[in-house]
Amino acid sequence: MFDDRSPIYRQIADQVKDDVLRGVLGAGQQVMSTNQYAAHYRINPATAAKAFQQLVDEGVIYKRRGVGMFVADGARDRLRTERRERFFTEVVGPMLAEAHALGIPVADIVAHLQRHDPPGDSR
Amino acid sequence: MITTSALQVRYGDTTALHPLDLDLSAGRIYGLLGRNGAGKTTLLSVLAGFRAPSAGSVTFDGAPVFENAAATTRICLIRDDGGLGDPTDKLTDILDMAAILRPTFDRAFAGELLDRFALPRRSTLGRLSRGQRSAFGVTVGLASRAALTMFDEAHLGMDAAARKVFADALLADYLARPRTFLLSTHLIEEQSPLFEQVLILHQGRLLLREDLDDLRGRGVAVTGPATLVDDFVSGLTVLAERRLGPTKEVTVFGGLDDEHRRLAGRAGLTLGPVAVQDLFIHLTGGLP
Repeated sequence: MFDDRSPIYRQIADQVKDDVLRGVLGAGQQVMSTNQYAAHYRINPATAAKAFQQLVDEGVIYKRRGVGMFVADGARDRLRTERRERFFTEVVGPMLAEAHALGIPVADIVAHLQRHDPPGDSR
Repeated sequence: MITTSALQVRYGDTTALHPLDLDLSAGRIYGLLGRNGAGKTTLLSVLAGFRAPSAGSVTFDGAPVFENAAATTRICLIRDDGGLGDPTDKLTDILDMAAILRPTFDRAFAGELLDRFALPRRSTLGRLSRGQRSAFGVTVGLASRAALTMFDEAHLGMDAAARKVFADALLADYLARPRTFLLSTHLIEEQSPLFEQVLILHQGRLLLREDLDDLRGRGVAVTGPATLVDDFVSGLTVLAERRLGPTKEVTVFGGLDDEHRRLAGRAGLTLGPVAVQDLFIHLTGGLP
């Protein structure tokens, strides 16, 4: 579930963000409680609490006292904007470096992408 | 809640525990890590009042622990070598006796745990396998509902399924009734996510005390051409080095600042995370 190398709270926060980004968790929807999360994934509750606090600080979720935690309105759009900015540096950059090392021309990559994702099909 | 002050334990000429100042808070789960012979069992025994300090003190909510029944009924230590009863004792009799001796003992919960671990109720202690004996120890420890519960390698001999039952039961009961746990373990990767904080004992001294999640971010493996790596790590805390032909991998402790990350990027060095278990091995002296 979690890799053993980076802080667990960050991995939890990233998973919740992925769920929001992919629409698995919609705006206004309740997220699992800290205790449910801790018990389900067999982790210390303080670690889970730290992850949810980070998500609150970043405006991805909000707390309603005594009720629970919910996905914030507009969280998905904000996460998309943020991830789009990182997409070219973190995803495309390393891919181009690998292609370069393998001697694959950029034109081949473009042709490949167009075969698998024709224009008009992208949302 | 439990505090040691200049606590020392000596066995004859051997010092098992050098002067130790330690303070554990109420309502947390602590992990106790250390190599064989580091002093873990000695520390747990003296915290539980099983033995007297050679010097210094152990106090529980301000009162000395040793020979103080008011404190020791609120502390439970389950040792890996048993001590729960005689081989001919029936499991149910041991639980009945624990319920009489400990005001907080929950006999019904102990029965539930026996079932969850699929322990044979009618069996005697001596007929249990190593793993079953550990599961029975966990049953007694959790059902004690002691304010401070300590397990010395609770999982010894347990199979993977039993270890999951243990983790689930521990967390569920901790969430329902928050109290302090101190667990020693050698199964670092598997058990450390349960801990809020880890204590590392090494040669009778407390080497490190840190939030588990912070510790996870503290190790960095730097890999690249040997000369570049050497330049890069000069001035940093180096825990270990490995060479493979012209390539070198150095494990650095303490995390890297942004400036170092930029430098690494410019030099084409690869930075990778280090698993907690590897950090532990390096911090406690590396491989023999």
